[in-house]
This record gives sequence, structure tokens and C-alpha cells, in this order.
Amino acid sequence: MHIFDKVTDYNFVKTQFFDGMTLLFGGFGGVGTPPGLVDCLIETGVKDVKLIGNDAGFPWIGMGKFICLERATSLIASHIGSNPIAGELMTQGKLQVEFSPQGILIERIRNGGVGLNGFLTELSKGTTLEYNKPLIKIDGKEYLYEAPITGDVSIVYAKKADTFGNLVFDKTARNTNPYVAMAGKVTIVEADEIVQMGELDPEEIIVPGIYVKYIVPSKGYNWKWIWEMPDKSSRSEQPAK
Amino acid sequence: MGDARQIIAQRAAREIKDGMVVNLGIGIPSLVPDFLDKNVRVFFQAENGILGMGPTPKAGADGNLSNAAGFPVTILPGASYFDSAMAFGMIRRGCIDVSILGALQVNEQGDLANWIVPGKRVPGVGGAMELAYGAKNLIALMIHCEKDGRPKIVKKCSLPITTYCCVKKIITDMAVFSVSDRLYLDELMPGFTTDDVKNNTEADFVINF
Repeated sequence: MHIFDKVTDYNFVKTQFFDGMTLLFGGFGGVGTPPGLVDCLIETGVKDVKLIGNDAGFPWIGMGKFICLERATSLIASHIGSNPIAGELMTQGKLQVEFSPQGILIERIRNGGVGLNGFLTELSKGTTLEYNKPLIKIDGKEYLYEAPITGDVSIVYAKKADTFGNLVFDKTARNTNPYVAMAGKVTIVEADEIVQMGELDPEEIIVPGIYVKYIVPSKGYNWKWIWEMPDKSSRSEQPAK
Repeated sequence: MGDARQIIAQRAAREIKDGMVVNLGIGIPSLVPDFLDKNVRVFFQAENGILGMGPTPKAGADGNLSNAAGFPVTILPGASYFDSAMAFGMIRRGCIDVSILGALQVNEQGDLANWIVPGKRVPGVGGAMELAYGAKNLIALMIHCEKDGRPKIVKKCSLPITTYCCVKKIITDMAVFSVSDRLYLDELMPGFTTDDVKNNTEADFVINF
């Protein structure tokens, strides 16, 4: 496949998912999570997936749909409050969850995506989210070492992609997607619109196509948002922020 | 209870001054904009990637334009969109004037617990740690006591801490406290006495009015 034509179909994409893979996914509460690629992942039957993303979505939204199938063994996320099934799986020991402060998680993914070796922060020091992260002392002050994150596969949702993989996002659906795109060994983009090279204004491109391996066309979101549900009280626990 | 939440939000709105950049948490904090004076012009930041977030759209909600809780919003003139690293960069860097968060417990030192009730609720920390760490001013809003009457303003938090020594002000349905070298009772909310506050607060405090 030539780097100037990365457009493919979902049947091909299925061959990129494998048991035990580390999968990075874009999105924030399902906004910006690629709906077609989540369904494609579900259809492959892959299991023992190690997931890394902002949150566990909702049971019927975003990566939540996959998490509920109990085919993920672990999840690194900032919260799972909108997906009570993820909470149950965690309590039952079926899903190992590592919580990270939201901005630290994206910075770890960014670090992986730009070839750095981690960073220091005092955030979450002395809390239960310290886990076993190394403490490093500099000038008499202790910091937590946060390791970079990369993934075997990254799945991303863009508003527009050209055939090289230059990406443009849509409003708050951008969120973690640019860095998830950068941190995957194989980055697969689902795009609402695929255009020829030269059609995107170089000034508007958020992620250069160099990070993208494959592009598939999107049919858009195929779930109902929480605010479209007749009974909004079905809304579950929300994160602290 | 619904009324108490409104009263807390109304009082919290008075902490937002003209020209501030504000981040609001989920729960009671999300009610605060309803009580803002029309002459107070501020920018709301949403950590999912908006500076200059506006109110709920009257019609034509867009699934790709939401607040951090996933509900549709609008934007104001001058607003910008950005990615999550930028969103939290500006939060940690101290660009947010005031962050208003819901709380489960706060102690005398201003330690905040608001992300987990072990064995019961595991929502996760989301962006609360960064907001508590970076905001110039952190205000915690909560109903004064648990449903069973136990105080939430305590000597020592029994719940896991979100961030240490971060809360500057606590607003409840009974009172307004400030935290500096220690805990001060600054104001009583309408209908409550100093004794009411004493009887429902575990932490020691100094009366400051």
C-alpha cells in the first residue's frame, strides 16, 4: 500500500487486530471514539485486549460496547464512572483497571507518540494513584516518574482525512485523538470524509499523515447519546470531574 | 435536597468575578452558571477541549460539541477548540482562575476527597487531580452532611484523597468556610445557626464573622 493511498476497508482492518494486543482508542465519553472501528473490533472476536483510553464510555457508547463483552483484560483510563458494567467487571476481578489523572494519561500517550522516555510530576504523589511508579528526587524534591505509553494498534476518529492520512477533527471530538494517533504502531483512522491530497488546507491539519497507517470511511455514530435517551436518570456515576 | 443544591450553586456564583476563566465540575457546580449576574463576563473552560463554552443549545444539538459530562453545549464568540494535552496543560499551568468541584469529604487542611468510595462507587478521578492542583482558587461544593447525618467536613478524610491542601473555600447548604492556616467559618447560610454548623461538622473551625 502506497503512503499516498492508505484508504482501505473494514475487512482488511480486521486483520490488524490480534489477541493480547495493546489497543489505544481516541474519544472522551464516546465523543470522538470511532464507531465503525469499535464494531469492527467486536466482530473480529479478538480477546485479552489491553485497552488504554480516556474512559470506559457508556455500556452502549464508544469503547464501552467492547468492554462489556469481557474481552479486555486491562484498562488504563481516567474514569469508568459512566460505564457501571466496567465497574462490576473491575470488582469481580475480570478487568484490571489502572486509574490515571486525565491530563497525565494523555501526556503519557503524547510522550509515547513523540519518542520521549517519560516525565516527572508531583501530581498524584501520595495518593492511591501513585501505584508503584518510581519516585525520583531532584533538588531535594520528589516527583513521580510517568512512563510513556505506546500501543500495538491505535483507533482514531477524524472529521476529514486525505489519502495520505492528514487529519482534521471536529470540535470536542478532537480530545485525545491526535496523541492516540501518534502513539500507535499501527494507527487506523475512521474518517467522516476522505478527500484527495491537496484538498485540505495545510494550516488546518492537526495530525500529519506520517502517523497514520490505514484509513476507513465512517458511517457516523451509531449509538444514542445519553441526552437523547428518554430516561436521563439512567445516567450512572460520573467522574470526580 | 434539590433546593439545597440550588442554594449552594447560587452562593457559589458570587465567587465568580468579571473577567475570570472558570472550570466547573459535574453535579452541583454545573448549576452555577444559572445564577451568574449578567454583567459578569467570564470564559468557561471545559477540559474536553473548549475555552469559551456557552449554554445548552435551544435546538440542533451536535454530538461533537459537548461539555465534559457529554451533554450538548454551544460556544461564545472568541471560543477555541483544542486537544486534551492542551486542555490539561492550561489547567496544570495555572491559567484557570477558579475551579468549582463537587466534594465527598474535605478536611481541616483543605484535603479534597471526591473520586472514589471504595467498594461502593468507583467513578474514577477524571480531571479532578489536575484541576485541584493547578487552579488558582479551588472551591468545593457539597451538601453539608451525608444522608445518614455524618459530617463531610472532617478532621481526617476516611475516603482516598484526590489532592492534598488544595481547597480554598467550602460552600454547603449550611455555611461557607475558608481554608488557610486552618479552617474558618466565614458565613452562615440562611436559616442556620453557628450551633447547627458545630453540631454537623467534625472538623475544628474558627468563627470568622
